[in-house]
Amino acid sequence: MYVNKNLAISDTGFIFNPSTGDSFSTNEVGKFIIDLLKQKKSKEEIISQIVLHFNVDKVNADKDLSDFFAMLKSYQLMLDENE
Amino acid sequence: MSKKSYERPYIQKLNTGTMNKFGTKTEYAPVTAIEGVPVKKLIADYGSPVFVISERQIRKTYHEAVRAFKTRYPKVQFAWSYKTNYLNAVCNIFHQEGSWAEVVSMYEYQKAIQNGVPGKKIIFNGPDKSIEDLSIAVDNESLIHIDHLDELYLLVELLENKKKKARVAIRVNMDTGIYPMWDRFGFNYENGQAWNAINKIMSHPELMELVGLHCHIGTYMLSANAYSVAAWKLSDLAMNIQLRYEKTISYLDLGGGFASANTLKGSYLQGSDIIPSVDDYAEAITSTLLNFGFKQENLPTLILETGRAMIDDAAHLLGSVIAIKRLSDGRRSIVMDFGVNILFTAFWYNHKISPAQEFSHHVEDMVVYGPLCMNIDCVRESVTLPLLNRGDNVVVHRVGAYNMTQWMQFITMRPKVVLIDMDGKTHIIRENETLDTINQMEKMPKHLKSINL
Amino acid sequence: MSKKKVVVGVTGLNNIDSPGPGIPVIRALKDSEYFDVRIIGLSYETLEPGIYMHDLVDKTYQIPMPSAGTSSLLERIQYIHSIEKLDCIIPNFDAELHNFIKLSPTLKKDYQIATFLPELEQFESRHKSVLFEFGEKNDVKVPFAKMIFSPSEIYQLEDKFTYPLVVKGKYYDASIASTPEQAVSYVNKISAKWGYPIIIQEFVSGNEVNVTAIGDGKGKCIGAIPMRKLYITDKGKAWAGVSLEDNQLIEIANRVIANSKWRGGCELEFIKSNKGEYYLLEMNPRFPAWVYLSVGCGQNHPEALLKMALGIDVKAFESYESGKLFIRYAYDQIVSLSEFEKISTFGEL
Repeated sequence: MYVNKNLAISDTGFIFNPSTGDSFSTNEVGKFIIDLLKQKKSKEEIISQIVLHFNVDKVNADKDLSDFFAMLKSYQLMLDENE
Repeated sequence: MSKKSYERPYIQKLNTGTMNKFGTKTEYAPVTAIEGVPVKKLIADYGSPVFVISERQIRKTYHEAVRAFKTRYPKVQFAWSYKTNYLNAVCNIFHQEGSWAEVVSMYEYQKAIQNGVPGKKIIFNGPDKSIEDLSIAVDNESLIHIDHLDELYLLVELLENKKKKARVAIRVNMDTGIYPMWDRFGFNYENGQAWNAINKIMSHPELMELVGLHCHIGTYMLSANAYSVAAWKLSDLAMNIQLRYEKTISYLDLGGGFASANTLKGSYLQGSDIIPSVDDYAEAITSTLLNFGFKQENLPTLILETGRAMIDDAAHLLGSVIAIKRLSDGRRSIVMDFGVNILFTAFWYNHKISPAQEFSHHVEDMVVYGPLCMNIDCVRESVTLPLLNRGDNVVVHRVGAYNMTQWMQFITMRPKVVLIDMDGKTHIIRENETLDTINQMEKMPKHLKSINL
Repeated sequence: MSKKKVVVGVTGLNNIDSPGPGIPVIRALKDSEYFDVRIIGLSYETLEPGIYMHDLVDKTYQIPMPSAGTSSLLERIQYIHSIEKLDCIIPNFDAELHNFIKLSPTLKKDYQIATFLPELEQFESRHKSVLFEFGEKNDVKVPFAKMIFSPSEIYQLEDKFTYPLVVKGKYYDASIASTPEQAVSYVNKISAKWGYPIIIQEFVSGNEVNVTAIGDGKGKCIGAIPMRKLYITDKGKAWAGVSLEDNQLIEIANRVIANSKWRGGCELEFIKSNKGEYYLLEMNPRFPAWVYLSVGCGQNHPEALLKMALGIDVKAFESYESGKLFIRYAYDQIVSLSEFEKISTFGEL
């Protein structure tokens, strides 16, 4: 899994995908996750980082992350490694 | 290291043409308390979902309506429309304020009697009155509003065997420039049905006295002017009765139908921005009556049966998030512990829903579903709300009218209804149903008693 | 004489192929000899071109869509006002006018923000569905029209209408039917889309002419410029037009404005029948997108509106130049992503 490394994210959570021209808005946790994805972190690593930095348990972090990944994929911001 | 507060990750495509969130804070500003009582406490004490009614708001709305009419017209009487909300505690707030009872069935009639309303102050409307019902109403000297000729003949038949005279009115339907025209109730004005019915009643002076005329032109009326037309046509009938029979009609009942601030589905603008105020309705009706040309001593009493506009604002439904899901097309959906079973009005209103706790400024569009295992159980097809989580609470606004009468016991049981009194104290005014409540009405044939699986 | 400094909020910055009147109104205000205006753009969408026209619009704020209601709008205006100290707001969209009219007393009383809008009653009185009554009341010919609520009513209209007639939706859509059968089929088609009522209107053939006008709310027409479209886009919008000399039309416009005591700008759409009679087809309750032509003809209508909003006495214009053309053009602005980001994320630019 990876995200386009040219994806521009500003501090305000504004995302611009230069390869499609789409813009998005994300929140603090979303930005945190995308930054980790750009560093090629695995899902497990991301979950443990979220739990480490935010006040949330692992089960909920996992559930929300799966949903977030699904959205990133549907927006074509994230691709599977083998694609 | 102290951890940061967590909000589930969210990403939204910036589309043009979608609702922009700037300045729409009031739409999802949290509502954390009802009349000073915290939502969390109400839910902890009485469960979720729960209906919460404010006595203060009911009395306030009532006083405003009375002021609007009484400052413009000398003889005004309100009658509480039982079908709008017939919880006894609610009815009695209106009765304490001086409202009579307006009922449309024997069930409601009996409720009014049990609440202590004198028979003379009950208006008996509706198309379904049996000979037994009519007999009780005649004995109690209630005001019988005749809906159709069959009812009139039934009443004549009853009264011929009784030694008592009935006090009656007829319901009149008419064209007030409003579509749809409610012509299924009562007698038509334009084609002469109403005048014909009046003549029939006046031909039985020994059996009944025609004391009033009634109309109810529609529901959620956005035009105050339609009431002016209605008031004119009723006045016209009253004046003709005066001229032809030298009989003074003692009251004109303009019915109800005043809109509440809920937003109807399909309405582009917010309900609160387009509905006439109670002063607009009052001005339209009273100025017509005052200018019609009645002699001072013949000025009829104005009766109003407005229900929705009097109670809608006073009730909230509190509920909780059961689940957050993603639909196949990527839309967010949320499942609440209340659905159309107890929020019947969700079928025609886009009810305002507020979160009951603070959130960040991020919001998302979502579909709000109820808990029923049925596809039609949808509370809002599209609403912008903060990033709610399982267990979070929400407050649904303006649910006082028709929900606590039209709710259904389907799949699950109906919840408690709580009243917050003038001092901020809470009272259960209707218990939640239990399995026993429902089961005690069922009977099991002997041969079906045992099963062996 | 030094010009009077004022801060004016303006909506309708969608200067696209079917343009809103915001940018033309702003250009007119910027041309004013009397005012030195700071323009606060009020936008609904992030791609409205006016947001990025910094020579015309000094600062833009996103405002909630009309469907969010007046309380949301008021809250947003309070915020904008706390920063910008607005003197006046000129709304330019049909759909937002209801809310601005509702709010105008509050804006004036609590925030000293002026507007110059018709009363709600005037605003409602010129709706498509009641235009015929409006015409009768204000002594202007309007094609005879009747609202219907079911297709079967078409057959009951035979003594009132001759064919062809026009079948119109409540908000949009209109078709010309030559037979009752055709009319029924249009009624079904249009009602499926826009619901009832359907408006059945007398068909008048002729040439379309439009007037941009402004009334003082007391029965005086401050200015009126007639225009005929010379070229229209496939959306039916004027691409080019020319101001006309037409005393009869000016007189009718004056009469409508005077009788209805119209307050604010408006656009009157007429058809001049083959017999030379004028029929009012529509009255739009705000300036048209071609209002800048009024400046070109010597009557600055937006400036006059701003003056009246601020309580400054305005005399009616006495003349204008006919034969002035407006020719619209499209223009590609180059905008950096950071500007788009700012308006998207903060709702301000």
